[in-house]
Amino acid sequence: MAQKVWNIYLDRSDFFIQLSLEHLRISGTAILFGAMIGLILGVLISEYRKTTPVILGMTNLIYTIPSISLLGILIPFTGIGNTTAIIALTVYALLPMVRNTYAGITSIEPSVIEAARGMGSTPLEILVKIKLPLATTVILAGLRNMIVMTIALAGIASFIGAGGLGVAIYRGITTNNMAMTMAGSLLIALLALLSDFLVGGIEKSVKRKWRLK
Amino acid sequence: MEKQTCDQCIRLENIFKAYEGKEILSDFNLAIRRGEFLTVIGSSGCGKTTVLKLINGLIRPDSGRILINGQDLADLDLIRLRRNIGYVIQEVGLFPHMTVARNISYVPDLIGKETKGDIRSRTRDLIQLVGLEPELLLRYPSELSGGQRQRVGLARALAASPDILLMDEPFGAVDEITRKQLQQEIKGIHQKLGVTIFFVTHDIREAMKLGTRVLIMDQGKIMQEDTPSYVRDHPREGFVQDLLESYLDNSCS
Ligand SMILES: Nc1ncnc2c1ncn2[C@@H]1O[C@H](COP(=O)(O)OP(=O)(O)O)[C@@H](O)[C@H]1O
Ligand SMILES: [Mg+2]
Repeated sequence: MAQKVWNIYLDRSDFFIQLSLEHLRISGTAILFGAMIGLILGVLISEYRKTTPVILGMTNLIYTIPSISLLGILIPFTGIGNTTAIIALTVYALLPMVRNTYAGITSIEPSVIEAARGMGSTPLEILVKIKLPLATTVILAGLRNMIVMTIALAGIASFIGAGGLGVAIYRGITTNNMAMTMAGSLLIALLALLSDFLVGGIEKSVKRKWRLK
Repeated sequence: MEKQTCDQCIRLENIFKAYEGKEILSDFNLAIRRGEFLTVIGSSGCGKTTVLKLINGLIRPDSGRILINGQDLADLDLIRLRRNIGYVIQEVGLFPHMTVARNISYVPDLIGKETKGDIRSRTRDLIQLVGLEPELLLRYPSELSGGQRQRVGLARALAASPDILLMDEPFGAVDEITRKQLQQEIKGIHQKLGVTIFFVTHDIREAMKLGTRVLIMDQGKIMQEDTPSYVRDHPREGFVQDLLESYLDNSCS
């Protein structure tokens, strides 16, 4: 089996490189949007506690929708293809980002924020100079989770006609070509692991630099 | 209203403050003169922190007014005001992701009017003023002892050359020996800089030792306010006498 998979990679290397790049493009776009929107929402709910239950509840709810049905729900609005896949992935990416940003900010020692406020920092200065740096490791942990999840989840995007390594998996299943399915799956796992490793490295160096726990 | 004489640098007039219907301060009045070292003592929960936070606007009164150098706090830009008031709390609240140097220069960096070099040289002066070695400037708060942290907190509060220093049980969490040293140092700093100090404590000995004036509070009311020697010789009956008894017992032994 391993031999077969290896041969597929060698025979069809262009195909797999192209699928991998497309996979990274789709998941990367979703990761970028998810990270940005999630960070903003996370900051919002920790600054304005009234919004916390609503936004956290909504992102939680979305998270529980099975991915296949979310894709199905989106098709009438955004059609089939990459756009729909990116929207669905972005929406899933929100929860880990929102939750960790919120947890990171709210777990900061209150005396630290009290000192910053008492010394005359504006709310924005407190956010930028104190809260976000001190929440960075928790936010990065959320980001890391989210990246791995998004890359893996992007594999099913091909079921609604999007590109990426899911195409190989889908083709493998429909043509009863086990080696093809394996080849696609392994590459997805590899991409996920690599990015996990990469963000983990960033997380560590930030922790060391800022003496964070 | 006539213009306040500026030797009264902090004035609280007819302050009412309640939390969730529970009255903490009712018709509270206080005037602090420039250059005074006022120690505020009272049992925990009597409203000391509330009074302190009224002065830098962290807490708003329900009614009454607060004057800083003759100006109504309600008309002042609180951000600017706080940058000119040093603030030290028991938990210190150093920024863990910043070096000691950046902690100390936090407010001058926010204000951003001085050159980097000026700020750096004052940071060095300040760390020595609070009795620490300049080598510590490159450390992070987690690499300091409790006493060192408290000193850095004090240096940070002094960094923007404030006229007023608010200190909320600043030496409550350090050991006895360090506390004695810190008490000496704050006394020296007060004499050297002439800054007005509002110092909250729950240790009567500390209050008597440091204050040029002692204010004794109970349940949101001022029981007595006078110089330490007057309070010692003429303690008001009841709460003040009881409080002083323990102090006199201890200072005899
Ligand atoms: N944010 C708050 N909400 C409700 N009650 C408070 C709040 N802050 C302080 N209190 C209450 O007000 C009283 C005075 O508090 P405080 O001024 O902190 O006392 P002290 O500093 O003298 O120990 C206490 O009984 C405290 O429980
Ligand atoms: Mg208190």
